[in-house]
Amino acid sequence: MTSARQLGDILLKVEDVSLSFGGVKALEHVSFDVREREIRAIIGPNGAGKSSMLNVINGFYQPQEGTIMYRGRSHRHMRPHEAASEGIARTFQNIALFRGMSTLDNLMTGRNLKMKKNLLWQALYLGPARREEIEHREFVEHIIDFLEIQAIRKTPVGRLPYGLQKRVELGRALAAEPSLLLLDEPMAGMNTEEKEDMCRFVLDVNDEFGTTIILIEHDMGVVMDISDRVVVLDYGRKIADGMPDDVRTNSEVIEAYLGVMH
Amino acid sequence: MNDAGSSYATSPVMSDGSGQLDTFPKLLLDRAKNLGSKPAIREKDYGIWQTWTWSQVADEVRAFACGLAAKGFERGDKIAIIGDNRPRLYWAMCAAQSLGGIPVPMYQDSVAQELQYVVEHAEVRFAVAEDQEQVDKLIEIRERYPNLELIIYDDARGLRSYSQEYLYAFEDILELGRRFDADHPGFFLDQVHTGRGADTSVILYTSGTTGTPKGVVLTHDNVLISARNGIERDQLGQDEDVLAYLPMAWVGDHVYSYAESYVAGFCVSCPESSATVLNDLREVGPTFFFAPPRIYENILTTVMIRMEDAGWLKRKVFHYFMALARRVGSRILDRKPVALKDRLLYKLGNLLVYGPLKNTLGFSRIRLGYTAGEAIGPDIFDFYRSLGINIKQLYGQTEASVFVTMHPDGEVRLDTVGTAAPQVEIKIADNGEVMYRSPGVFQCYYKNPEATAETKTEDGWVHTGDAGYLDADGHLKIIDRAKDVGKLNDGSIFAPKYIENKLKFFPYIKEAVAFGDGRDYTVAFLNIDLEAVGNWAERRNIPYASYQDLAARKEVYDLLQGCVEQVNRDLAADPHVASSQIRRFLILHKELDADDGELTRTRKVRRRFVADRYDKLVEALYSGDTHCEIASEVTFEDGRKGSLRADLAIRDVSPVERLSDAAD
Repeated sequence: MTSARQLGDILLKVEDVSLSFGGVKALEHVSFDVREREIRAIIGPNGAGKSSMLNVINGFYQPQEGTIMYRGRSHRHMRPHEAASEGIARTFQNIALFRGMSTLDNLMTGRNLKMKKNLLWQALYLGPARREEIEHREFVEHIIDFLEIQAIRKTPVGRLPYGLQKRVELGRALAAEPSLLLLDEPMAGMNTEEKEDMCRFVLDVNDEFGTTIILIEHDMGVVMDISDRVVVLDYGRKIADGMPDDVRTNSEVIEAYLGVMH
Repeated sequence: MNDAGSSYATSPVMSDGSGQLDTFPKLLLDRAKNLGSKPAIREKDYGIWQTWTWSQVADEVRAFACGLAAKGFERGDKIAIIGDNRPRLYWAMCAAQSLGGIPVPMYQDSVAQELQYVVEHAEVRFAVAEDQEQVDKLIEIRERYPNLELIIYDDARGLRSYSQEYLYAFEDILELGRRFDADHPGFFLDQVHTGRGADTSVILYTSGTTGTPKGVVLTHDNVLISARNGIERDQLGQDEDVLAYLPMAWVGDHVYSYAESYVAGFCVSCPESSATVLNDLREVGPTFFFAPPRIYENILTTVMIRMEDAGWLKRKVFHYFMALARRVGSRILDRKPVALKDRLLYKLGNLLVYGPLKNTLGFSRIRLGYTAGEAIGPDIFDFYRSLGINIKQLYGQTEASVFVTMHPDGEVRLDTVGTAAPQVEIKIADNGEVMYRSPGVFQCYYKNPEATAETKTEDGWVHTGDAGYLDADGHLKIIDRAKDVGKLNDGSIFAPKYIENKLKFFPYIKEAVAFGDGRDYTVAFLNIDLEAVGNWAERRNIPYASYQDLAARKEVYDLLQGCVEQVNRDLAADPHVASSQIRRFLILHKELDADDGELTRTRKVRRRFVADRYDKLVEALYSGDTHCEIASEVTFEDGRKGSLRADLAIRDVSPVERLSDAAD
């Protein structure tokens, strides 16, 4: 189903990126591209450099070599706030939400960059600031509806089970109306049912909003089912890149990652 | 507020000769004309209550009906309706009825296989589904049953990439309908006025505790006359607020949220999602509430848990005033004499406890609440009535368009289901079975003359399948399902439901199944309530990994043993059932689940099925074993199956002597 889809132009191009921490080489000469509307997976064993790759893309880490080309503009490295204002949003492997705040408020923080009125206006909650707040609230309510989290709208996030927190985090990333969404192990630690729900949401986000998604995932089944193309990293090197079926049968990948064919 | 209403204001709605509002569409047009700008239905969407007036509803129904007609929908065609309670699904029902079609609402949590039976049996040509989840099931069905011609969906989410040519958005049909209406201006009203009260208005498939579902055929007259009688009995008016949250396929929802709303002209509110019902209940603050006992139980359990977590003072105050309420609350509600001191204390309690509690539950404005579907535990019933919530029992059936008996105000008695509803006759057959005859009596089971003949006599009497009797005041008492009431080997009566309801009042027990017919003594399976027991375990620092783990813990067994002993004390106090005391019990390792066939879709226990399936456990309970191993199959929500193994402990409970403890 996925391979037959028409993908758009190249949105993001990672070219010859190398990253090291002291003597540890996290990434070595990695290149790949991401097309618009694509679900692109990055897989690999523990320590392969998957999260480092995401951190390079949204500017948390600065690579020693290589460039990131995003929407035709080349960056030696991105800065996190640049990445955010250019429409890159992400979720984290370890949930990073405001635990004491409600689901709704957490999602509203995702709108932060879109708020144009300054602090004083917002504090007084007058005219334009009020209108702005209502617009943002409306947008956030669409996300709540989309992710089916109406029942926990006003629940403090810290009280929610893990699977729902992950969903709220996805919601906050969506609140920024990203054109590129980076998901760091969105299904880690979930049970089968939660995983299936999350898969559904990832596919729906891609389908409904046309959001391009880069996804890091451990669960091979999930990756093969939902992604258009897969990059495989091992010890910081790219060892394969292609359609899920090609990657699945690639002998180097089997050796490095899967161990045995299944 | 709306410009669409004007076209109705000028159309001669009432001039079709008969002048009778004998069908749903005719009623709707009349509501649009006379109550045009009053709210008809609300839905919470995007966090806000959205409202449609009667004339807006009439406009949507008209457009949708014309759209269906444009797609080839004909008189007598069946249209499947499947999803949560959504305004558009109710409109689709009325639209189909406008064209002389027959809506067939279906249970939204049924798996595709169950739905397929109904779709095929009812020969459904069109289907209206709420969302992707339902559409997926219908597409699966259509692959095997191509006579399902058209699927229409309400919520487009996730459906964008679906390319099936037979799939349409609700908006597409509305659009098509508005054009069709413009080209054929007289069509809609002609169709509506062709309809007669004697036409079939709906086919409701009963979930059935045994066998395949049966399609109960009801006419407009059946449903609307019953609704009018119900309204008259309860004095319902235009200003009621009702929450539509029960499955649309259930006759209770069909009559209360659809028929009575049309007849009385009151507004119905649809919750945001099934998970938010309790929240929405609080926001809507209904004046009239209809729920099966399970819902009342759930609400009560939530309250009890939260009170356990409250501070010392709050707990004291709560328990003091609840004890007072239990003593005098129901009497005050029934306007019976109560000592002045108690009356004043009750007023204070209302200020401190009952008022705030009712507000939290969403029952501040409630005038009337009904419970039906199965027997409610007396303690649960008492709890609400003692708070001053006028909750009454109703005894009804799909085959009767709901109403058979109901409690009249001031005559609410725990042990009966009330007196005959208006225009209902009741008699008790020789074998003790309750029978009734009324204007609401169904026409037949669709395409099942044998079952119809078994249930309905030539002169219109219907067998209920329940054993019971009428007392001196004309109140009907139901003992149990006629086929479930049995005898212990010592010849005393064994009424399983009675025992189970006593067990289920404890917030820790979610479900119970008692066995004893043809045996020496009574035994029971228990299901823990994960929320209540989990909370209890947390407060005692008892670690657990899963439902199964928690259910098997010794501490939990001790807890439930306490509950069972309390039930035994209650049973011992009543000589009729004293010998039904529970001697042995076990806690099941999984929740009884409708997906595994253990409960019906309305969540009643399928007793025989459970007995067969856990045959090994039942035998172990009647042997001397102290534990029993079991492997059972479970069905996940997506339809896959897995297996669950467990080694269940069995507990002995010593029975209470009949007389010594009876004073307690």
